[in-house]
Amino acid sequence: MKTAEEIFNQLKEKFGSSILELKTDKPVEPFIVVNPLEVDKICLFLRDEKDLQFDSLMNLSGVDDANGTKEKDEKGLETIKGGTLSVYYHIESTKLRHKLTLKTSTDREKPEVVTVTEVWKGADWHEREAYDMFGIVFLNHPDLRRILMPYDWEFGYPLRKDYKNPEFYQGMKVPY
Amino acid sequence: MGLLDQEFTEGNIVIAKTEDLFNWARLSSLWQVGFGLACCAIEMMATSASHYDFDRFGVIPRPSPRQSDVIIISGTVTLKMAIRVKRLYEQMPDPKYVISMGSCANCGGPYWEHGYHVLKGVDRVIPVDVYVPGCPPRPEALLEGLLKLQEKIRNESIVKPIRSRFVGKSA
Repeated sequence: MKTAEEIFNQLKEKFGSSILELKTDKPVEPFIVVNPLEVDKICLFLRDEKDLQFDSLMNLSGVDDANGTKEKDEKGLETIKGGTLSVYYHIESTKLRHKLTLKTSTDREKPEVVTVTEVWKGADWHEREAYDMFGIVFLNHPDLRRILMPYDWEFGYPLRKDYKNPEFYQGMKVPY
Repeated sequence: MGLLDQEFTEGNIVIAKTEDLFNWARLSSLWQVGFGLACCAIEMMATSASHYDFDRFGVIPRPSPRQSDVIIISGTVTLKMAIRVKRLYEQMPDPKYVISMGSCANCGGPYWEHGYHVLKGVDRVIPVDVYVPGCPPRPEALLEGLLKLQEKIRNESIVKPIRSRFVGKSA
């Protein structure tokens, strides 16, 4: 069993500047912030290193940090420019019985994170969901399509904070 | 008809209005499309099971819409599903009936405001005969809905259907 601090130091030694920081603010669990374009290599290391063995991706979720500048257009609708979207990885070692949380943030205007499907197969649908709901593009993903919304949904990504629902979809009125 | 069984020595004639006969036949064997959408479907299945026994009203789930008379919309209709629900309805032969079961199918239910993916009432795509309120409705409520539908069919006329034909609401 290893603490987040020990794992952070171990990663820092191996990957250097790709490991950005360790956040230990209470009450949330400590998490390590990493570079979105190096996530796959870091995760592979976390999975295969003998004293880490993170064999299970418990969850992968997208978050809209909504930390950009809020602008109102002529109709009074609010849009967010700039800022970041984030992806959180909750991983566990079922053998060594320790857990870890990784976070990576990417540019809201061009959100790109490298896929971890090569590391954990189960990441496939989680990443498709994050793409579907937030528009985060997972580079090298084998099958990056929408997973919940209809394939022909062209009104954006529903869980973004500045999302606006359309009036009609395929002739059906959407608002109440 | 059990009352008349074995009561006659020779063949007899029963006189009835065709309307009464048709209506009686239609309301007594409402075969439902065998499909469910959400938690309401669990209650619908409970209604079909032995304790509530939907079958005593002639309601049997059929594996194909082409063999069905009634479609019970049992659950949240997402926009993605609405297209499929409409297609199922269109594949059913006339006369066909729709029971909207539960708040979601009636009006969007708890998703009425922030449900970006939910159709706010299945009556936006297909015509509904009976609305059953509840979240989800108990089996007794669904049975009541079915009895209401039977009542509606009992008063139908083959000359001029009281069932309003669907007129598209949306653009």
